[in-house]
Amino acid sequence: MNSASALSFGRTSRIAAKFVGTPSVGPLLVLLAFGVIFSLTNPRFLATQNLSIILQQTVIIGTLAIGQTLIILTAGIDLAVGAICVLGTILAGKLANSGYDPVAAMVLAVLACSAAGVAAGSLISGLRLPPFIVTLGILGIITAALRLISAGGAFSVTDEFLGWTGNTVRLNGFIVTYGVIIMLLLYGMVWFLLNQTQWGRHVYAVGNNPEAARLVGIPVGRLLLSVYVLAAFIYGIAAWLALGRIPNADPNALQTANLDSITAVVIGGTSLFGGRGGLIGTLIGALIVGVLRNGLTLAGIDPLWQDLITGILVIVAVALDQLTRGRR
Amino acid sequence: MAPVEPRVQAATTPGGVILEARNLVKHYGHVTALDGVDFELRSGEILAVVGDNGAGKSSLIKALTGAIVPDSGDILLDGQPIHFKGPLDARKLGIETVYQDLAVAAALDIASNLFLGRERRRPGFLGDVLRMLDKKGMRAEAERSMAELKFHLPSIGSAVESLSGGQRQGVAVARAALFAKKLAIMDEPTAALGVRETGQVLDLIRAIRQRGLPVVLISHNMPNVFEIADRIHIMRLGRRAAVVSPKTHTMADVVAIMTGAAKFEEAASPQAG
Amino acid sequence: MSTLPMSTGTKSGTIVKSAVAGFVFFGTAFAVTGHASAEEVIVGLVTKTEVNPFFVKMRQAAEAEAKAKGVKLIARAGKFDGDNEGQVTAIEDLISAGAKGILVTPNNSTGMLGVIKKARDAGVLVIALDTATDPADAVDATFATDNFEAGVQQGAYARKALGDKKPVLAMLDGTPGGTVDTFRHNGYLKGFGLAEGDPAIAGSAITNGAQDKGQVGMENLLSKNGEINAVYTINEPAAAGGYAALKSFGKEADVMLTSIDGGCAGVRDVKAGKIAATVMQFPYKMAAMGVDAIVDYAASGKKPSGFVNTGSFLITDKPVEGIDSKDTEWGLKNCWGD
Ligand SMILES: Nc1ncnc2c1ncn2[C@@H]1O[C@H](COP(=O)(O)OP(=O)(O)OP(=O)(O)O)[C@@H](O)[C@H]1O
Ligand SMILES: [Mg+2]
Repeated sequence: MNSASALSFGRTSRIAAKFVGTPSVGPLLVLLAFGVIFSLTNPRFLATQNLSIILQQTVIIGTLAIGQTLIILTAGIDLAVGAICVLGTILAGKLANSGYDPVAAMVLAVLACSAAGVAAGSLISGLRLPPFIVTLGILGIITAALRLISAGGAFSVTDEFLGWTGNTVRLNGFIVTYGVIIMLLLYGMVWFLLNQTQWGRHVYAVGNNPEAARLVGIPVGRLLLSVYVLAAFIYGIAAWLALGRIPNADPNALQTANLDSITAVVIGGTSLFGGRGGLIGTLIGALIVGVLRNGLTLAGIDPLWQDLITGILVIVAVALDQLTRGRR
Repeated sequence: MAPVEPRVQAATTPGGVILEARNLVKHYGHVTALDGVDFELRSGEILAVVGDNGAGKSSLIKALTGAIVPDSGDILLDGQPIHFKGPLDARKLGIETVYQDLAVAAALDIASNLFLGRERRRPGFLGDVLRMLDKKGMRAEAERSMAELKFHLPSIGSAVESLSGGQRQGVAVARAALFAKKLAIMDEPTAALGVRETGQVLDLIRAIRQRGLPVVLISHNMPNVFEIADRIHIMRLGRRAAVVSPKTHTMADVVAIMTGAAKFEEAASPQAG
Repeated sequence: MSTLPMSTGTKSGTIVKSAVAGFVFFGTAFAVTGHASAEEVIVGLVTKTEVNPFFVKMRQAAEAEAKAKGVKLIARAGKFDGDNEGQVTAIEDLISAGAKGILVTPNNSTGMLGVIKKARDAGVLVIALDTATDPADAVDATFATDNFEAGVQQGAYARKALGDKKPVLAMLDGTPGGTVDTFRHNGYLKGFGLAEGDPAIAGSAITNGAQDKGQVGMENLLSKNGEINAVYTINEPAAAGGYAALKSFGKEADVMLTSIDGGCAGVRDVKAGKIAATVMQFPYKMAAMGVDAIVDYAASGKKPSGFVNTGSFLITDKPVEGIDSKDTEWGLKNCWGD
């Protein structure tokens, strides 16, 4: 800790601090730039119906990315997001198809997802195993278990309630699904938790400096457990949203959801090292991915470019994070 | 220190022992960090703890504040045996610590760091039910206390990582000053500071003592120690080598005991002060 | 930092506000002009994945046909087998893009019903390629191999080629419950003249259509019953795995391996004598016919309907009497995957 070097970086670090303080500005500008480019290449892009479609396409990954953000903020990572969500769709679908009350089926499914979060959180906070390994293990266990119970096959889930989140409502002439509304409400609620409550403060503190958090008396283990459980609970809700989008439970679905959600989080400006970033950035990050995919299709460009551009954005985001962190 | 009520040392007579440790042992694998150390802090005093690098100073105070659990030995607060399970237990009893590595979350702002772990909630429904933070209140409080401590900081809302090393130490010291109700412990709080800032921290330590609270100060800076301390606890190889008074011993004496170059017969038994 | 768009001196709040204002402005401006006028015909193609050579061939054929007919092809695919969400998203985007028709090889026969209905309600012609939906009339038409018929071709050949030998049959299945899997399996048994559960069936293994699992499955079946003399396989990779197992048991000469697909690697295996016969299907025909149908629909409003068999052909260098087949020379000219 050398005060001279810290002082000489005073100006830059103040700018960096401002940038870090409002980390969603960069992603927002990127989103707007793509919006402008795509609306110039094809005016259909900005048709209200298309914008609504993009929002609907963001529902699953966007919701999963809420949980992923929480976990990454604690300097963790969750590779089991997709598997836990699929667990939710299969359980809810199987129970409802075999005559259970659909509401009870969905509640049970969300509880089962949360239980997976309890398992992950306990191993990580109790045994201090690395999140990467724990969630990789859970990914494998759930995937295998799902293939076993569903005998490898997908099945359709036609229950009214389970598919309800796919129904549309008209808001001010803008058509959205209930799924979109639920996703945005979840963003609002978790944003509140993160930014307005003690719990949220502690999430940031633990991700930023776990030893400091411990020394000031934050119950680090309990906090980590709560983060993994809340995240898994949200994956359970995402399962309901997924059934609204596709009335089908498939053990092979969402295989890339872990990387897709991490992509949204990273592009949204949250640091993989934990303690920096936020939810608004994640929502914008998820939208950027959706806008790219949709816009390129509308422009008649091979959507493989989407993967390429997304890859570049991820690297730029991580590099920026490294730069700003380097100025400490 | 506006929010802090006047302290009454009802249970302890002046000069009585507030915090005491007997025969603490702590091993890290094969390393013996504490090798049966004794410790004694009296009411209203500033006790300096000195010793070579690795003598066990930080380990000692971590054991005293619940940051580590000693392998064996007893700790007594106001004469009562206590067992801290974690740092929170100590903080709850009004023991505040500035750790050597500061224990700040660099990405968070100054106000958040001051209140880290003991955030305040808004009154009424917002706080009780929604558990909303009283951000404004904490900010105002933080600003007021920093002004009182005469620490010049860019803005209470700036991230701690944008501060200089000295300013960061200011934040950690201010946190201890703000919340200490029983005693304050500071592990090398002036390590990276310039002359002026060091003076400020020393003033701060005096101010805490003024409030009737004893302070434990770990430092390698002998002139500072001799300027401010009432007694000097000398660590050597995980044990207490001696406790001396700056009035009866010179810096050279202390350094000699510290390094083992000399043995002071009269210092071997802790003296009355 | 100064080269970054984020570090302009402007207050971030102002940036956000003006950005939102801009977005809203553009939104309303373009929402009005959002209906494109008469423009070129757009044909959408949504395949299961980008990596399977079968779908690569399909895409290439669609691109070629689109170019020949002067229409624009936009191709999308799922990211992995089972990526229903990716396919749904692709169809939604293609509707937004104003596609006249969409060709889709559904990952899952029921997963896409909702979005297909949305497309058809918007006046988009939807044709399933290769895999039918359930119910089949969820799409306007299905252009595919009649997999049951292909199975019958394989089974009939195997029975005839076996001659007087008493059949002891092993079945290397794909993924249980899959529609294609069921059709081929049942077709084979019909062509062979066996009922499900017949004692002549020594056993079956799940291969997911993959070579490694085909090999393990065949090894296990051979350990169980050394008398096996005929093997049904779901596709050529599974057959290749099966052959490797036969070889390690020293039985490759005594056991007749048959398959379905018509991939070039498979046809070469037939030529090399590893596989006795395979039933070729024609992905490029599906794609080309699909593009043609959409071009037709754009011009005349005429929609195709029902199931259109794109055909399947037995490929073997050891023809048997009474069963139509082509040799591997023809097969190599018409195969897919190279
Ligand atoms: N977490 C730890 N793991 C292993 N060994 C440790 C740990 N903490 C301290 N030690 C060891 O314990 C001994 C005492 O360390 P301690 O930090 O208490 O010394 P110190 O007197 O505070 O030194 P300094 O003046 O350098 O701060 C040293 O040998 C150190 O290496
Ligand atoms: Mg130390």
